[in-house]
Amino acid sequence: MSAEIVASRFRFAVNILPKDGILDPQGRAVEQSLPHLGLAGIGEVRVGRRVELAVDAPDAAAARALVEELARELLCNPMIEQFAIEPLGAISAARSGSGG
Amino acid sequence: MTVRVGVVVFPGSNCDADTAWALARAGAEPVELWHEHADLGGVAAVVLPGGFAYGDSLRAGAIARFSPVMRAVAGYAADGGLVLGICNGFQVLAEAGLLPGALLRNRSLRFVCRDVTITATRADTPFTHRVPDGRALRMPVAHGEGCYYADEATLDALERDGRVLFRYADDAGSPARVEDRANPNGSLRAIAGVLNAAGNVAGLMPHPERAADALLGSDDGMLLLRSLVESAAARARGGAEGGAPTASGAGT
Repeated sequence: MSAEIVASRFRFAVNILPKDGILDPQGRAVEQSLPHLGLAGIGEVRVGRRVELAVDAPDAAAARALVEELARELLCNPMIEQFAIEPLGAISAARSGSGG
Repeated sequence: MTVRVGVVVFPGSNCDADTAWALARAGAEPVELWHEHADLGGVAAVVLPGGFAYGDSLRAGAIARFSPVMRAVAGYAADGGLVLGICNGFQVLAEAGLLPGALLRNRSLRFVCRDVTITATRADTPFTHRVPDGRALRMPVAHGEGCYYADEATLDALERDGRVLFRYADDAGSPARVEDRANPNGSLRAIAGVLNAAGNVAGLMPHPERAADALLGSDDGMLLLRSLVESAAARARGGAEGGAPTASGAGT
């Protein structure tokens, strides 16, 4: 019955937004379109980027550390952007037993 | 002997041939440097040309930064080699941390392609020594992400140290305000180009290689490219002529 877990695949999203106070012309353009839509009460629009990915790692902490490194080094330019990592769940691959 | 100047070619570079042509006109022997090669082939200067390296995926310059050729360029720059980034090349150098700041989406959200006027703030650098004092330079810009950004402290330090190398200028020759048409992308403090601390790496958004023949409207870009080629030649000879500027020569 005991399933030996060899590796797990962890899915994440990295949500990247312009840093607070950084010019966001796309967000401003969206805001300026709101009156045309007849929508009131919406503000502070920020337009960013979302990257989804899967990581094979022995555990969730190791997977997250890899994603953090990727986000810092490539996905996000820390001078102008900030990121937040969002776990999207894991899929475990079992070698034997009833795993699923 | 003709001085050899490298022109990096990334997938998506589209100003490499023009840049090579203009460098040859400035007296250099241009050498193509393929992005997958980490060897600069002993060139006396490196130019990163305009274009859309790696399709500008993620952010302009973000992917190019990790290419083998950029590892070589980083080492070359650290050893004092002359490096000039034009447009996308400037974006690559900023992403790679070889130049300060970042190039944001144009404030207008529009790709802007037209002639602009820039001024060089100083003529004691390897990139500008041919520019007559106070001379306004006409050359085209063609970019969607050219809005120069750095935090206030960095901007102050760059100005203090004379590292704001080029500014967009209005008709009166003054730095163009953020909202002026003369500032094509809304760059902070009208910054069109910057210099690194050591004075051997520079980048600018306008295209000197597209202002290389008076018949086509302007050859002001040749002043910059001749400066670079002559500085490279001087270095190849082992001379100090056109060498790194000193912080004390700071302009405005």
